[in-house]
Amino acid sequence: MRVAIIVFPGSNCDRDMMVAVETLTGRRPALIWHKQTNLDPVDLAIIPGGFSFGDYLRCGALAAHAPIMNALHDHAARGGAILGVCNGFQILSEAGMLPGYLARNKELKFVCKQTTLSVSSDTSCELIKSLDNSEKLHIPVAHNEGNFFADPETLDAIESNGQVVLRYGNEDKQNSGNPNGSLNDIAGICSSNGKILGMMPHPERAMGAGHESADGKKLLQSIFEAIVT
Amino acid sequence: MSVPTKMGFENAASMGLSKEEWERVCTHLGRLPNLCELGIFSAMWSEHCSYKSSKKWLKTLPTQGERVIQGPGENAGVVDIGDGLAVVFKIESHNHPSFIEPYQGAATGVGGILRDVFTMGARPIALLNALRFGEIDHEKTPHLVSGVTAGIGGYGNCIGIPTVGGEVEFDASYNGNILVNAMAVGLAHSDRIFYSAASGAGNPVIYVGAKTGRDGIHGATMASTEFSDETESKRPTVQVGDPFTGKLLMEACLELMAADAVVAIQDMGAAGLTSSSVEMAAKGGLGMEIDLDLVPVRETKMSAYEIMLSESQERMLMVIDPSQAEIARQIFNKWDLDFMPIGQVTETDRLILLKEGEVACDIPLAPLVDDAPEYDRPHSTPEIPEEVPAHTLIQDISISAALKNLIGSEDLCSRRWIYEQYDSHVMADTIIGPGGDCALTRVYGTNKALALTTDCTPRYVEADPYNGGKQAVVEAYRNIIAAGATPLAVTNNLNFGNPEKPEIMAQLVHSVTGMKDACAFLSTPVVSGNVSLYNETDGNAIKPCPVIGMVGLIDDWQNAGTIALPPDAALFIIGQDATTNTGWLSNSIYAKSLAQHVGGAPPPIDLEAELRTGSFILSCYENKLVQAAHDISDGGMLVALAEMMLAGNQGASITLPDTLDTHSWCFAENQSSYIIATNNPDQLIRNAEHAHIPLLHLGKSISNQELKISNGDLISLEEIRNSYETGLRSRLEK
Repeated sequence: MRVAIIVFPGSNCDRDMMVAVETLTGRRPALIWHKQTNLDPVDLAIIPGGFSFGDYLRCGALAAHAPIMNALHDHAARGGAILGVCNGFQILSEAGMLPGYLARNKELKFVCKQTTLSVSSDTSCELIKSLDNSEKLHIPVAHNEGNFFADPETLDAIESNGQVVLRYGNEDKQNSGNPNGSLNDIAGICSSNGKILGMMPHPERAMGAGHESADGKKLLQSIFEAIVT
Repeated sequence: MSVPTKMGFENAASMGLSKEEWERVCTHLGRLPNLCELGIFSAMWSEHCSYKSSKKWLKTLPTQGERVIQGPGENAGVVDIGDGLAVVFKIESHNHPSFIEPYQGAATGVGGILRDVFTMGARPIALLNALRFGEIDHEKTPHLVSGVTAGIGGYGNCIGIPTVGGEVEFDASYNGNILVNAMAVGLAHSDRIFYSAASGAGNPVIYVGAKTGRDGIHGATMASTEFSDETESKRPTVQVGDPFTGKLLMEACLELMAADAVVAIQDMGAAGLTSSSVEMAAKGGLGMEIDLDLVPVRETKMSAYEIMLSESQERMLMVIDPSQAEIARQIFNKWDLDFMPIGQVTETDRLILLKEGEVACDIPLAPLVDDAPEYDRPHSTPEIPEEVPAHTLIQDISISAALKNLIGSEDLCSRRWIYEQYDSHVMADTIIGPGGDCALTRVYGTNKALALTTDCTPRYVEADPYNGGKQAVVEAYRNIIAAGATPLAVTNNLNFGNPEKPEIMAQLVHSVTGMKDACAFLSTPVVSGNVSLYNETDGNAIKPCPVIGMVGLIDDWQNAGTIALPPDAALFIIGQDATTNTGWLSNSIYAKSLAQHVGGAPPPIDLEAELRTGSFILSCYENKLVQAAHDISDGGMLVALAEMMLAGNQGASITLPDTLDTHSWCFAENQSSYIIATNNPDQLIRNAEHAHIPLLHLGKSISNQELKISNGDLISLEEIRNSYETGLRSRLEK
């Protein structure tokens, strides 16, 4: 299992993600500095959370044009798997690798709290196939811009293609735990080929062993299983 | 400033120097100073940098201990935590700037204290704060709370250090002068600590980080004067923070330190390039020569005075090993930061600054530091009020009504509205975040954890400065103990009014003495700290607020406690029983909120009982007798119990003896006691008897979601939760 974590100036969950990956795979992932232009073949590339380039201009906007991004686009074009968490999700959407956009939280405040997530029953995401979608996941969020937005056509397309992977609260009950005003309570979506997953909640902060929940571990574990098989 | 103009006393007075201090400057120079030189003297001799009013009393604090690696006098204190690791921590105020511009004031307070910690070679791992705002219904309060909260989060969240705990209080005395104290905690290898003393004449002096602008010029002097109606015009002296650059600077400095290239390092905090260059050279017993034309600036035509007194953020000064200069440059290039040799260490014992080829400043260093003024300011004898008898305070309302009222008040309600705006989990080592007795942060890569808290009860200090100073220490101590951790050491932030008034000076003197006695008795030395004086607006002083930040250690985080009440547990009060509890309601939150009675003697403190009870609680943890624990403080026993019930989502049934009025049992603020939940009550009782610790079997947790009291009172957990959770939001967002 080869995992790479892309590090931008201002990334601040890179170490947390590294620990989580190493705990689950037994192997330390490679940390790839954004100024690099090539990416050795990997099974999974992760863009961690943080404030890449200080969130200046717009969250993820500058990182989306960093030198490493061409290599990441190539990896995606080959059908490679990518996980973007929080700022990583923002970067993937700014880079056009995921549909929609992450706007300022509805209450205009940073929000750090535990959330309850439903795994969509009809998700086409290839990375979490083994995740039991009848169980709720408890994974915390911490962001200023996690309010998922898309125009009506895009939103319809995402919904009908099964690209919605995670929703806040109960799937059948709208607004039952949405921390940021996201459309359709969306917390995580995937690309049309199901190989790129972007999510606002931080699985690396829900690894059990002192964390309030171990459901992030479950989610990451399912991704590693999907990649191996 | 092409030709240095000679200054007169009126210039010195406008920078806050007294006549006597002005004369001293002239004597040391042997001539009249120019603007830049006078600016340097006035900044170094400001209250903020020189501690001239408090030094005499700070020297009395205990600063030594087996584990202390570095006490006060460096950027932060350093304490050994075993296995080659050390905890590095300090608290610092940013009161004046935060009142003028709450977001930037608070943000740069966080940025500044983080630099103090990583300057020592430590990676910051946690932030805490201690905040005081005016009355919650005051017109300015919601704006200040929102701004300060957003500023603290804005910096901490972005740089990626979790804000794990703190305290927030509202009181009319802070209407015109809020208090924003920020504490940072870091981890270092105990044999890899970096200090500020320059060494090696000829070694290059390097400027790194952000460029210098005209922000915050002479901020240290602003922090050393009272506020008036004209304060708003001081907005340009508030610094502007850039947490992104702060993050890059932190990573670059830690990488450089790991590369063994740093000889000495000092952050440019208060008084910027002035204090950093002066302190580095003076501590090394050497001189320094700097060419100001080489300082990276972001504005044109900056004078020597402006460059030296700017408080632009995210800058560091260091002396490096010349053989490592290239490696150092590469590291800073990687992080896209300025790296500029601007001068060198000299043997002259003078600070010499060049500007456009001419000498802009030539000051002997020793007098600037060693001969800084130190005052023994007159202080009056505080008049300690009598205890207000409980029967005059007790209200004719039900216990349920009183509890609902208290736990929904701004003094005691949940701080969730504030702390959910802080990233409290980043770094993935937060075991207990905001909302408990103390925060618990795992020591990365080990089983150890640090217990962290900030505490002060200003209304106690105002009534009785000596006991109030002591109480800040013992409350912090109890918060650490309640989590099952061993208290190690403290940092303090002394916030007072104008020390030139004898009654204010008395508050400082007596509360520091109280702190001294408590810290010595509990073996928690003071390893760092900060003093903020002149917290007055139009002559009205704040309630005195000597904050304690305490750090404790637990060897295995899995043995740490929680305040969450578990099911099927027996409940005990430890430290009080039916005969020892005096039902102290004088100066309590109950008296303030329900009887509208402010003042009166605060509860007495028995250090011996505090230590004995604390040690007993730790022994209970060792014997696995504790399922949950919480100290009893503001609001009294029932408020503590309600917080445990809310955290554990459990009901409780309690029986109170008839030795006191039920209100006294529930809401008295007697010190040195805890509530414990245990699943082995018999063993707990035997151990307490053996250790001669008073205890009271209070009751048990129950499956019904309610609080049941033996006098017939009944209140649902839902009602308690509703009051607790809506208290702040409903009043800040109205």
